[in-house]
Amino acid sequence: MHPSTPLDPDAAISVRGLVRRYGDRNAVDGVDLDIRRGEIFALLGPNGAGKTTIVEILEGHRRRDGGEVRVLGVDPATGDRRWKSDIGIVLQSGAGDSQLSCIELLRAQAAYFPDPRDPAEVLDLVGLTEKAGARGRTLSGGQRRRLDVALGIVGRPRLLFLDEPTTGFDPEARRQFWSLIRSLRELGTTMLLTTHYLDEAEELADRVGVIARGRLVEVAVPAELGGRGTAPAVVHWTEDGARRSAETATPTAFVAALAARFPGEVPDLAVARPTLEDVYLRMIGDPA
Amino acid sequence: MTTSTEHRPLPSLLSVCRTRAGVELKEFFRQRESVVFTLFFPVILLLALGAILDYDLGSGVDFPQYFMAGIIAVGIFGASLQNMAIHIAGERSDGTLKSLSGTPMPKSAYFIGKVVQVLAVAVATIVILLLIGVFVYGIELPTGRDWLTFAWVAALGAAACTLLGITVSTLARNSRSASATVTPIALVLEFISGVFLPFDQVPTWLQTIASLFPLKWMAQGLRSVFLPDELALREPAGSFELGRVALVLGLWCVVGLVLCVRTFRWQERGDT
Repeated sequence: MHPSTPLDPDAAISVRGLVRRYGDRNAVDGVDLDIRRGEIFALLGPNGAGKTTIVEILEGHRRRDGGEVRVLGVDPATGDRRWKSDIGIVLQSGAGDSQLSCIELLRAQAAYFPDPRDPAEVLDLVGLTEKAGARGRTLSGGQRRRLDVALGIVGRPRLLFLDEPTTGFDPEARRQFWSLIRSLRELGTTMLLTTHYLDEAEELADRVGVIARGRLVEVAVPAELGGRGTAPAVVHWTEDGARRSAETATPTAFVAALAARFPGEVPDLAVARPTLEDVYLRMIGDPA
Repeated sequence: MTTSTEHRPLPSLLSVCRTRAGVELKEFFRQRESVVFTLFFPVILLLALGAILDYDLGSGVDFPQYFMAGIIAVGIFGASLQNMAIHIAGERSDGTLKSLSGTPMPKSAYFIGKVVQVLAVAVATIVILLLIGVFVYGIELPTGRDWLTFAWVAALGAAACTLLGITVSTLARNSRSASATVTPIALVLEFISGVFLPFDQVPTWLQTIASLFPLKWMAQGLRSVFLPDELALREPAGSFELGRVALVLGLWCVVGLVLCVRTFRWQERGDT
């Protein structure tokens, strides 16, 4: 994407040349990005890479020092009540402490929006129906985060921001959370999610943007990230008592030829492509 | 852009205010610390000091009758200034304010909700203090026009202190630092504003300092309500100066409003 490309008016989110400085450091350093309507987009990057800064600029919570931004066609710096009613936000820090029960919090939140979802249905969607009468402080970390998501979607947003929604979850809680996000996708919600978990980005996102040191290093579907789809495969096997390996662009043909050399199974046969983690670590390791 | 929400009107300010008022009342009355600290602190003070102190101020006025004005001023100060400073600072540091500012809630509805909370807490405090005053200490309730004075002094004082409390919440780093700053200042002001001791027993230079702050004027206005007119002569000015009470509290409202509007933040410092 060339910086001079105009903003995409049909995109849910369109960003050109976004810059945010903290002191003399560019925390966000010229980011261009288009997120389509209905898409789940993951911003993947290590802590401090600039993910939260970008997302909070798009939410209208932070100011920017340069560049152009449109979120649902509006500059977030000037977003009014109408604009905010189309947007759901799940902050990294959560929604704060309250003496209200889950259902009371959702009812109050729903009252700010023109066309809210039914609070009881939303509670059901996030799997907190049994906790309807419980106060936030009695919930576990995972339940607490699902309540944050419930608060983010009760206004029936067209666009949902999720800033590190599963940090601190155990694996079971993360799987439950992922299925919640998939059910939201069924409802047609566009989502921008930040995460530093590779498997989460791979599992949920239609496209992944890798961010390092304030720059968007690459945008791709998870399977093709870092040229992963076309990278040479490595075939491993054992022959004459020795471990052998070969790099090949045509692993199927290679394995077929290999199979012809052996009477039965090829001993210890394995075909590997670079994992997402391999390409990711290479990308964020590269000095920009 | 075509969406269903574009055809649906945004909720009215009134309906959102009603929601916010409900939220604020539940937030206050369900939190044991705030109920004890704000609501019962003046009650406990009244019972404790009423049991210990016993002096006659002349004209048949005993300590509880004198103390009634001061302790009600303390109650209003706690329900407004201390309550706002501590709890809004907490809501800012735990992300409640940031979350709210990302919703289409009209910002004014948040403040109106707070005003309803302050009014409810202040009225509850005043009612409890008056009931104890009458049934435990047999104090004489105000009569006739004194009720009117009571109402405007309380309302104007609460308004000024609410606005100042919101301002202080913005200056504080978090609710704990707000509490650590405001609580000792409140105690000192209470001592030098004629709450516990007759104001004419406070050294003149401390009287001058107290006169800069709204608590002194609230207590003075309320003394005019609870004390017989002849005790006006014990006031440093020789009268309860109701005109000046209105002027100073009104001025604090203006100053508080300007500071409030200029300083209020929905996020922590350095987080925007």
